[in-house]
Amino acid sequence: MTAYTVDPAATRYRRTAATRFALWAARLGWRHAFMWVVAAFAVFPVLFVVSAALNPLGTLSSARLWPTGASADNALDLFGNTPFTTWYANSLFFALANAAVTVLLSALAAYAFSRMRFRGRRVGLVGLLVIQMFPQFLAIVALYLMFSSIGEYRPELGFDTRWGLLLVYLGGALSINTWLMKGFFDTVPKELDESAQMDGATHAQVFFRIMLPLVTPVLAIVGLLVFINTVNEFLLASVFLRDTDAKTLGLGLYQLVASQRNANFGMFSVGAIMLSLPTLMVFWFLQRYITEGLTSGAVKG
Amino acid sequence: MAASEHDSAGAPSGAPARPPLPGGRFAPGTSLTAHVVKIGLLGLFTALGVWAVLPLYLAGHWLGLAVAAGVVALVYHVYLSKRTVPAKYLLPGVLFLVAFQILPVLYTMSTSVTNMSDGHRVDKQQAIASIESLSVTRTPDAEEYTLTVATAGDPETGALVFLLTDPEGRTYTGDEEGLDPLPTATVNASGRITGAFGYTVLTPAQVNARSAELEEFAVPTGDGAGIRSSGLSTAFEGTAVRSYDASCDCVTDSETGTVYTADDERGAFYGPEGDRLPQGWKVNVGFDNFARFLFDPTFASSFFGILVWNIAFAVAVTGLVFVVGLAVAMALHVPRMRGKALYRILVVLPYAMSSLAMYLLWRDMFNTDFGLINRMLGLQIDWFGDAWSARAAVILANVWLGYPYMFLVATGALQAVPRELSQAAQIDGAGRWQAFRHVTLPLLMVAMSPILVATFAFNFNNFNAVWLLTRGGPLSSENSTAGATDLLITYTYRLAFNEATAQYGYAAALSVMIFVIVSLISVVSLRRSKALMEVDR
Repeated sequence: MTAYTVDPAATRYRRTAATRFALWAARLGWRHAFMWVVAAFAVFPVLFVVSAALNPLGTLSSARLWPTGASADNALDLFGNTPFTTWYANSLFFALANAAVTVLLSALAAYAFSRMRFRGRRVGLVGLLVIQMFPQFLAIVALYLMFSSIGEYRPELGFDTRWGLLLVYLGGALSINTWLMKGFFDTVPKELDESAQMDGATHAQVFFRIMLPLVTPVLAIVGLLVFINTVNEFLLASVFLRDTDAKTLGLGLYQLVASQRNANFGMFSVGAIMLSLPTLMVFWFLQRYITEGLTSGAVKG
Repeated sequence: MAASEHDSAGAPSGAPARPPLPGGRFAPGTSLTAHVVKIGLLGLFTALGVWAVLPLYLAGHWLGLAVAAGVVALVYHVYLSKRTVPAKYLLPGVLFLVAFQILPVLYTMSTSVTNMSDGHRVDKQQAIASIESLSVTRTPDAEEYTLTVATAGDPETGALVFLLTDPEGRTYTGDEEGLDPLPTATVNASGRITGAFGYTVLTPAQVNARSAELEEFAVPTGDGAGIRSSGLSTAFEGTAVRSYDASCDCVTDSETGTVYTADDERGAFYGPEGDRLPQGWKVNVGFDNFARFLFDPTFASSFFGILVWNIAFAVAVTGLVFVVGLAVAMALHVPRMRGKALYRILVVLPYAMSSLAMYLLWRDMFNTDFGLINRMLGLQIDWFGDAWSARAAVILANVWLGYPYMFLVATGALQAVPRELSQAAQIDGAGRWQAFRHVTLPLLMVAMSPILVATFAFNFNNFNAVWLLTRGGPLSSENSTAGATDLLITYTYRLAFNEATAQYGYAAALSVMIFVIVSLISVVSLRRSKALMEVDR
């Protein structure tokens, strides 16, 4: 720390190491200390689940915070001894189908709300906000009773089927997401679709050829949000899907640790990581938007 | 957004005037491909509609048929007319919304004023038919039928149907409602029906799997008689021991002589000693379900206890998540901090994991014997066994899952607040805390308060947060239906789906009360939010 020679006049203004440390601690040091605490709190469950997934013994009692060994036994158990692939496929089916159709239905409605003026538009928009306050699962009793009779007439749409639950999920397609999209549609200049119409485009052509390509970011975000929510949905799925082979991965994991809490923990951990993978990937995509937002504000001190 | 007022922009000025269509300036021309796609989609939709209503037609469910036909007609009208452009875009989503969100809410409301529960699911006629046919016993001169067990629905769950052949070779179908002739059945040499249009014949294995159901199944044939199965391939017609008499509105048991009188308020037949027949019917009980939750001492205490904890939970989680998230955002809100990007990734990590799996993980970490938390701290606490430690654990896990989102939002909001403002305040003599409290925070709250309201509303009904951790428990010994960490929604779920007898009426009444509470909260918050202003843009 010493080796350079300095003008003796300037040394008077140099701070001692202690002062500099005190200044650093006041400005940045506490921030680092605080962040260490929060980061530890944030990371330890994730670390635990990863180490439990690799733990060769595969029990809850033998799982440590830090990995004690690396083995694929738990993963092999999960793939071999449970209908894991079926569960995962079910989860992905619901999440992908719901996300895709919701984006389409929402975008159609948002286009009408953003670009057209018609009777009932205001009522419709306010209505969407109001309905938003009543999540679908509050009507679970009615949905259950409805689908027990639908299942009697059309077993293909009843319980333990993919289509029945998907229909219910799609009932929530028009929601706050439609508002989000409508806001984004509003930012696309009207001149664009007007000029297309001058050139003879129909409303459908304007929607599919002009609008949709311009609003892809909001379509992606809504799709990803719906995807995450569907993967994590438990209440409706638990009422609709009772049969082991019809379950989603979330329900399957719940069943796995409900019966054999200690012994199955290794398998559960592998499944938990697998269930988180789509969400983690979503964050990988969103990361760019998050970082952009952060850096654009941080350029100026 | 000034251009939004007029919809005439599509036509160049001076162009021949076309009568304005709703939806405005769009030209109604269509290309050939679009036509083909449109016809294809409408055809597909019609096919789906026919497929869906076929069983309704077979069952003679005319109201359902009329509704389905109405929907198909509406779709045709909207997509073939040129005057309904906005509706073309709104209809698909709205149909789903009405069918699977609005109708269920209305149906919940109508269920909430009934006593609907296990044993009270059907109407009185069906209950009487079921009482009579279940008491059928064989008489010496009983008529024998050759039996085939079938169903109109799914082989594993669909309602059972008897396909019967009488000694003269006539064929019938019999279900819970009665016996009907079946003219078009395939009959084999021994007189047994092997197939009939609209029915799936069950294999012996499938029948065996449902033998308990078969035992209870009987076809009423009127005058207190009914057809029951004896074994897998024969059925007999016998007379009912219990018979209904409309003049006294009662059921008489001819073996014991007991008279069970109908109680139309409670929806069941009650004997002289207050014992009742298990098959009851659904009756309208008015606001009894609500009254029970509000005034009955035991239920009111659990209901209001749950309501208080429900609000406290939502407030505590929202508040803590906000404080932690904002603190992290403030700590990172400084230029030139080493490791900022890494910190950010680490603290956002909980949000990027699947919340469902993470709840289950936290539940196991709180496990008494094997859980990580007890092992790391060297404790032996039964976290979910005591009311207060369970509540603390639930809140802790939810803060872990919820603060990263608040951190992201707060970071964005902080960047929108110019740093000069708090610097200017400090130059004017304000302390750091004062500058934050009186300058930065009020500006932050403008952006954050809608998010806080939304977070509150979300946590108010956060089913997963409680069910996956504690299932609402611990349940106390004196009250086995309401647990210490129960939210209203988990309580509802338990009443409807997790008790020995499902109590749909009560559960629906609880749902309606949640609707009311949520409405009150949202009216207050909507008044304050500016969201409604956007409608006119």
